[in-house]
Amino acid sequence: MEKEKIAEKKSKPPFRVRLNRKKQKLIMCILTLFAAAAAIIFLLPTILTIANSFMGSSEISANYGIIFAENEDGGKEYIAEKINLKFIPDMVSFSQYYTVLFKSPDYLMKFWNSVILVVPIVIFQLVTASLAAYSFARLKGRLKEVIFFIYIVVMLMPYQVTLVPNYLISDWLHILDTRAAIILPGIFTPFAVFILSKIMRRIPFSLIEAAQLDGAGELQIFLHICMPLCKSALFSVAILVFIDYWNMVEQPLVLLSNSELYPLSVFLSQINSGEIGLAFAVATIYMIPTLLMFLYGEDYLVEGIAYSGGIKG
Amino acid sequence: MKAENRPPKPQRKPEKKIKKKRNIKRFLKSDAAFPYLCLLPSLVGVMIFFIIPFFVIIFYSMVDNPINKEFVFLNNYISVIKNTAFRRAALNTLTFSAVSVPLAVVLSMLLAMLLDSKIPFVSQFRTSFLCPMMVPVASVVLIWQVIFHYNGALNDFLSHFGVEKIDWLKSTKGQIVVVVLFLWKNLGYNMILFLSALNNIPKDIVEVATLEGAGGFYKFFRIKLRYLSPTILFVGILSLINSFKVFREVYLLTGDYPFDSLYMLQHFMNNTFRNIDYQKLSSAAILMAIVMVLIIGALFIAENKFGEDVED
Repeated sequence: MEKEKIAEKKSKPPFRVRLNRKKQKLIMCILTLFAAAAAIIFLLPTILTIANSFMGSSEISANYGIIFAENEDGGKEYIAEKINLKFIPDMVSFSQYYTVLFKSPDYLMKFWNSVILVVPIVIFQLVTASLAAYSFARLKGRLKEVIFFIYIVVMLMPYQVTLVPNYLISDWLHILDTRAAIILPGIFTPFAVFILSKIMRRIPFSLIEAAQLDGAGELQIFLHICMPLCKSALFSVAILVFIDYWNMVEQPLVLLSNSELYPLSVFLSQINSGEIGLAFAVATIYMIPTLLMFLYGEDYLVEGIAYSGGIKG
Repeated sequence: MKAENRPPKPQRKPEKKIKKKRNIKRFLKSDAAFPYLCLLPSLVGVMIFFIIPFFVIIFYSMVDNPINKEFVFLNNYISVIKNTAFRRAALNTLTFSAVSVPLAVVLSMLLAMLLDSKIPFVSQFRTSFLCPMMVPVASVVLIWQVIFHYNGALNDFLSHFGVEKIDWLKSTKGQIVVVVLFLWKNLGYNMILFLSALNNIPKDIVEVATLEGAGGFYKFFRIKLRYLSPTILFVGILSLINSFKVFREVYLLTGDYPFDSLYMLQHFMNNTFRNIDYQKLSSAAILMAIVMVLIIGALFIAENKFGEDVED
């Protein structure tokens, strides 16, 4: 009898529950719509930039002339009464890309400037940081904790503070106005050390102990145990460091006075005045490396961000 | 191990020193030295480029000029604080941080909870929220200009509702634009931090609370928020640091000389760098460092008080 009753109860959920389910479905729908709206806002500027890069330069100046013509020399060269924000070009054209790639080498030079600044920073920061992280994970004692604390404080300081020491030391070393003035301080930024040492500390001690019993030296432990276990973390740190420096604006403005050496990130802001017709193509080319990294390494990136959470941990 | 196998140098030193040197050498050759040596490259770099010059800056901030080196104690600080441009920049930066940091924390937490609530297409949404972080600011700045210009898309859109044209970038509304840009750029990163924190909340505690009849609000404020508090602290600090970096967006949007309400500390620093006024630079930098340390310390203390009874 009782069992039957229970079975009956299970098969027919009470009215309130059924209503709740409907209500829940409705809530889910609203939440999904909300998330979709937010997602569109987040994606819009990127998509617009890419879409606009496929417009011919006459179409661009017809659409945005009113904004950028003014900037040129304060003149009143109105081309259209209103601006025209469009997703789909009237006619797909690669003329912007053609001009950027084959006719005006200036932009490619600036792109190369960015690469030559960022790649050494990423590589050498990973090398020194993984070594330092290993020693922070292996060593014990008060001194190590003090040093680690100093690293955290340096990491937390904004550019407005750290650029002054950087400028001073670059002046002393006579590397001001050269690429080294940006690359060298970039290599020793403690961010990567911080994340990597957090990850290395999670490696179970028993693993290292077992390796030691088998006769592995410290170098072997580092190379054959810690490094393979940190592979994905290294990749995600590389992505994070890369984006940060690919975006740099403050350092070149302060440390480089020769604008020939400026990376594309700074140069792009000075494009507007003149050649709006190809600015969108340059902007798109500039985001290709980071977008590719994002497409291939999103999971690593998410993992890396998650690791960075929690200063105390 | 092999890296430390340097050939021994010839020695012409008294007995005791030789013994000490040998000990050090033996240690350097031994396996135990490897972790210490690992730290060296990074530590030397940090020392040279950050720590040592920082102490020099403290010295510079207290002398009248680098050649004369006469000790003037706090005079430089006082003149920096009295400087109207510095005040303007500090005020703008602080108001910006005070508005944008809480917004960044709350909104990214809401986004994380949205993605945590079993809606479909979670991974697609995650990708699109993370996208702005991967796109270089310089690349999208053109679109932002098109949107926020006096004759731009936003004013055009608003005019349909009878709103008068607003010059977004060249009026006091400029701060709103920058806050929007800042949130757009940083919410994704913070959201991931909150998502992983939400995942780490012990499931059984939430389940017990549900069985005992706890409502959604109770579960959120009494359980989840407690476990999220270290992440809230971290996201807060991170957003604070990032809010100091917003100069990038402002510079790319408006150049060297923006509207008054967008004049940030980095603009002030850039102008001072141009004049190479070491006294002004160093005292301004140290003032900022002190303020940062105070704010972050206060956040740490607040978090410790709030989350003390939650074991990690």
